[in-house]
Amino acid sequence: MAYIDPHIHMVSRTTDDYRRMALAGCVAITEPAFWAGYDRSSPQGFFDYFRLLTEYEPQRAAQFGIRHHTWLCINPKEAEDPVFAREVIELIPEFLEKPNVLGIGEIGLNKNSRNELEILEAHIDLAAKSGQMILVHTPHLEDKLKGTKLIMDAIESDGRVDPGRVLIDHVEEHTVRPVLDRGFWAGMTLYPDTKCTPQRAADIIEMHGTERLWINSAGDWGPSDPLAVPKCQQELRRRGHSQETIDTISFNNPSRFLGQSDRFSAEPLVPTA
Amino acid sequence: MSDSHDNCPIDSAEVIRKYFLEHRAKIIDIAAFLDRVDRADGDGASDYRIQAMREAIRIAGDLQPERARRILELLSDPSVEPIEQAPMKGAMGAHDPESDEGG
Ligand SMILES: [Zn+2]
Repeated sequence: MAYIDPHIHMVSRTTDDYRRMALAGCVAITEPAFWAGYDRSSPQGFFDYFRLLTEYEPQRAAQFGIRHHTWLCINPKEAEDPVFAREVIELIPEFLEKPNVLGIGEIGLNKNSRNELEILEAHIDLAAKSGQMILVHTPHLEDKLKGTKLIMDAIESDGRVDPGRVLIDHVEEHTVRPVLDRGFWAGMTLYPDTKCTPQRAADIIEMHGTERLWINSAGDWGPSDPLAVPKCQQELRRRGHSQETIDTISFNNPSRFLGQSDRFSAEPLVPTA
Repeated sequence: MSDSHDNCPIDSAEVIRKYFLEHRAKIIDIAAFLDRVDRADGDGASDYRIQAMREAIRIAGDLQPERARRILELLSDPSVEPIEQAPMKGAMGAHDPESDEGG
């Protein structure tokens, strides 16, 4: 059965990963702009990165019949210098015209600092003014609970972006309920050491249902697994869940949320290679 | 507990059959890790992360629901205001009560 991995950083992955994902049933991905593991020394570094996300990476994905979409921003780990961050944000509008851009992301908080919050608010403003959807990164480990609340407060107090057009990613057992209760979409990230394992994601589905919930691998340059979504499908099968539940969480839900942008497609694509 | 929409289709005996060995290994890993901290030089036992882990183990062993959620809350920064400046990019995995800056 076809699946969508709605959060994966393919710039950090190999062409072999694309091949293996396609073999496992991946038909579409979305790739949010993120921290590359080092701080970029100039806004020009981001300009090049945005070109990579909007021009080069879609072609690499298409070789394997995978549709590539992206989200643009300066991530919270590089937002502690607000002057620098605002220069990067100024580069974004011209890229919003590119055909694979779905919105602003992954924005959010990292250490829950005042500067990060200021830049988050600037991104929310850009999304509101340009009618874009938002993909949110929530902080790691001990910072997640507080940061998730601060992020939801910031979006709600801005008031211009419908929560139904915002996905809050990396939820776990302590954040999934508040996110869904406030009308946002929620993403579970399947990581080997942090965030959710496939087993815990299946537990969360059992406890909270499948409404407005999706799974993703968030595969990147760290310990992560580009095949995490099919492994979670397998975990759900192992427990006797229906094919309908599996399709809802790994294909239909991402299609519904992402389909709010007419640039999203999970239609079959003939591999170009 | 929140509404249950689609509970685990297999019964508890089947859950135990499928998952017991995997989690048996994990609990022995945790015990061996705590032994290792004790055997090593230094005052590891008073480290806030080890203290938090002991409390987490207590929660894991209680008879109340939603242990995973409660452990994650225990390990979370309880403050609500943004901090003045990010001290680093990473996170430690447990909240350090000594680090409270009134934020
Ligand atoms: Zn990410």
